[in-house]
Amino acid sequence: MPQGSPTQQLVVIGGGMVARRLIDALRSRDEAGTWEVTLLCEEPRAPYDRVALTSYFTGRHPEDLALGGQDLWDDPLVTLRRGVRADRIDRDARTVTTSGGAVLPYDALVLATGSYAAVPPVPGKDLRGAFVYRTIDDVADLRAFVEKRRGELDRPVRGAVVGGGLLGLEAAGALTALDMESTVVEFAPRLMPLQVDDGGGAALKRLIEALGVRVRTSTATSKIVGDRGAVSRMEFGEGPALDVDVVIFAVGVRPRDELARDCGLEVGERGGVLVDDACATADPAVWAIGEVANIGGRCLGLVAPGYTMAEIVADRLLGGAGTFPGADLSTKLKLLGVDVASFGDAFAQEPGGLEVVISDPVAGVYKKLVMSDDARTLRGGILVGDASAYAALRPMVGRELGGDPAAYLLPEGSGPAPVGDLPDDATVCSCNNVSAGAVRCAVTEGGCTDLGGVKACTRAGTSCGSCLPLVKRLVTTELERSGIEVSNALCEHFELSRAQLFDVVRVQGLTTFSEIIAAHGRGRGCDICKPVIGSILASLGTGHILEGERATLQDTNDHVMANLQKDGSYSVVPRIPGGEITPEGLIVIGEVAKDFGLYTKITGGQRIDLFGARIEQLPQIWKRLVDNGFESGHAYGKSLRTVKSCVGSTWCRYGVQDSVGLAIALELRYRGLRSPHKIKLGVSGCARECAEARGKDVGVIATDNGWNLYVGGNGGFTPRHAQLLAEDLDTETLVRAIDRFLMFYVRTADRLQRTAAWVEDHEGGLESIRSVVIDDSLGIGADLDAAMAGHVDGYEDEWAAALADPEKLRRFGSFVNAPDRADDSFAYVAERGQPRPATPEERTSGVLIAGTTLEVRR
Amino acid sequence: MTVDVVTEEPGLALPGWVAVCRVGDLSPERGAAALVGGEQLALFRTHTDDVYAVQQLDPFSGAHVMSRGIVGSRGDAPTVASPMYKQVFDLRTGECLDPAGREPQPLRTWATDVRDGVVHVSRHEVAA
Repeated sequence: MPQGSPTQQLVVIGGGMVARRLIDALRSRDEAGTWEVTLLCEEPRAPYDRVALTSYFTGRHPEDLALGGQDLWDDPLVTLRRGVRADRIDRDARTVTTSGGAVLPYDALVLATGSYAAVPPVPGKDLRGAFVYRTIDDVADLRAFVEKRRGELDRPVRGAVVGGGLLGLEAAGALTALDMESTVVEFAPRLMPLQVDDGGGAALKRLIEALGVRVRTSTATSKIVGDRGAVSRMEFGEGPALDVDVVIFAVGVRPRDELARDCGLEVGERGGVLVDDACATADPAVWAIGEVANIGGRCLGLVAPGYTMAEIVADRLLGGAGTFPGADLSTKLKLLGVDVASFGDAFAQEPGGLEVVISDPVAGVYKKLVMSDDARTLRGGILVGDASAYAALRPMVGRELGGDPAAYLLPEGSGPAPVGDLPDDATVCSCNNVSAGAVRCAVTEGGCTDLGGVKACTRAGTSCGSCLPLVKRLVTTELERSGIEVSNALCEHFELSRAQLFDVVRVQGLTTFSEIIAAHGRGRGCDICKPVIGSILASLGTGHILEGERATLQDTNDHVMANLQKDGSYSVVPRIPGGEITPEGLIVIGEVAKDFGLYTKITGGQRIDLFGARIEQLPQIWKRLVDNGFESGHAYGKSLRTVKSCVGSTWCRYGVQDSVGLAIALELRYRGLRSPHKIKLGVSGCARECAEARGKDVGVIATDNGWNLYVGGNGGFTPRHAQLLAEDLDTETLVRAIDRFLMFYVRTADRLQRTAAWVEDHEGGLESIRSVVIDDSLGIGADLDAAMAGHVDGYEDEWAAALADPEKLRRFGSFVNAPDRADDSFAYVAERGQPRPATPEERTSGVLIAGTTLEVRR
Repeated sequence: MTVDVVTEEPGLALPGWVAVCRVGDLSPERGAAALVGGEQLALFRTHTDDVYAVQQLDPFSGAHVMSRGIVGSRGDAPTVASPMYKQVFDLRTGECLDPAGREPQPLRTWATDVRDGVVHVSRHEVAA
């Protein structure tokens, strides 16, 4: 390595998941900044989650497939060159020539070029309508073609997938998601021949056929026949021909090793750059990782071993001595909604293995464990139809299972899932190579107290997520062991969780805090449980939040129906439904702000916040607002905040639906709905999404045929995009779905749990919530509808009601013994023509321009 | 500003004590701000009708807001939680029971006495 050069140049060729992992690992460990990295990325986008490609068809946008944050690409030591291919490597000069003609010198070069999708040499493979399944562009082209054909044909579009392996079934899932008739054609006698045995293959075939996908095994495709240049029929070695409009080739991948061949690096017999167990080629400056690397005599097409190789090279570049431990080819997938998992010695190839098999065609499951000859040690297994035991079983491979192996195969819920004490060195998350010990350590030494903390700290479960149930159980066990009680208890006064408390209060019809705490708690409550009960009672429609004893439950914001600011003053937000406001309305707000000397700012929710009101001014301010037709905006409550909208089809050249009209209707429907946390909605009038609806708890986006409904989005500390719940709904169906989603959330979420976390934590996730909200799987739809109807009918403006009640107005006095005397502790200075609280330095230096009375700009 | 605002109740005010308000002016399990000897205090009435007086200044935020916190209990201790950053204090002693991740700071406290339905607050704070 050259002396005197402070940073060395690393060039990485190929912008896939493994390349990203390499750069991420290197940058997080190379604190001294010894390597400057350039990534050449042939695709026009940064590395994305190729494993999740099929989700593109269930409404996700290409950006949702992004891996991790943008931070890595903002790192000054990392240069991402998108849409740039490497054309030539000169190993003598140590340079890479790019497709743009640039010559990049390197001290180290990593080949991470991955694979290309193999296309068998059948006649007709180049017709329009023939696709491969590898990149975002592939799936986007497929989708566009299908949509175009659908417009041309007056019958359903028909598709076929050549290849019944993992990728082929993924592709079949894509065709199903596109509402196409589809057939999977596999040359081998069973589906997924590399992962499952005959029994598993048969179970898988039954399950997939039950979903309407036809399966033809032991079938060789001999020809694709075209009609005017487009795919129209497939012919086979034997059996009848098949009329199709689309063919996807998913017969496997081949390493993209041409650059290596061209520069004289050795490649394997069936391709792949030959590397040793350090991922090094024969050239000490060149490494290869991921699918292009031929390691131990084979190329590995899974992301987990690729990640391991990335970590090894990062380690080696920094002087470490990491070696490849051998690949764990375990996989767990959900293909077309069917669970398939295969791990360890799944085919019992090691001599002397015993197989424990449960095959239940009625329940649609096939499960097999391969045990050592004494039936004690787990060697591997196959799970089809129900892979819930995978997370617990996979780390036990090579270890004694303890107990009857069959117990692990019983259906979930039929008994306690036996989770043996995982040894510390057992790998829990194979994507990120996190051991059980590392998870435990994050709790005992890292101070993590929940799943989120452990995920952030160890990265366990942050890639494919299949290990999350196991990680969660480990975290819970470890917390309990450390004496940190993992209970759902709300606080020291209630053993119940918020959701349990909600049910108890609802079912028993309790209406006061005293009743509730006497029956189900102890003590006199606190700042945790009191607002929760105040919120539950409000959600159940028991009347004004300040009525009687309920007033004692409210946080100061709810108590004075305004938002406490840092200096003890409050801000006031009148409701502006959908962000639509008349000039007269604007003038009223402006005049109120002027008369009371308030600082004004437009909020992110398309309304106006007025700051700097003293507690005793709030009724006067609200009298003016209410008299002029405004009502509470509930900016202070854990409740519906706003429904943000774009201008929609009434004005916009591109709008396809009236987004403002719907936003106003939704805001008026859900205004005042108290909930576990704040709720924000958004409505966009077309797919351009100007209302940023997918950043909301409930986002509605107009389509030509109606509305798409997204749920579980938020901004804030952990931004989330909302996920598609249902498509092309008419307005009535949409509103009913939102009613049920919100009411289900209100009833079952934890305290201060926003919808994103609620959806994630919910047993069964989004799918399960969809079945409750759309298909009424729990049979509570009518009940949820009635609850929402009760809310809508029972709505009253809290501020108008308070202004009409002298008893409620009494609490707005500044001092109990001088209700009209202004607090003299406020101090303001002017900035950009408006008041703001004085800083402590400004207070002591006495440069104030206004005291308590806020006589600014008069 | 140093102004005493006293609800004059002749014959009730004792030397060293200020009559502040009627106990009925205070809502159970809520606080109220009061001006006593020119100082802002926070008065609290518990559900057992005990009355406590602490400083209105929240030592953690520097804002005069303690009376607007939620009243509750921790074990046997009657408490108030700061409405600003949620530190919890023992109303009897002003001791900070939960500093919410900050360096604990106590509240100053004043003795109170309810006589004939009138809340009296000592002119002298309880020595820490």
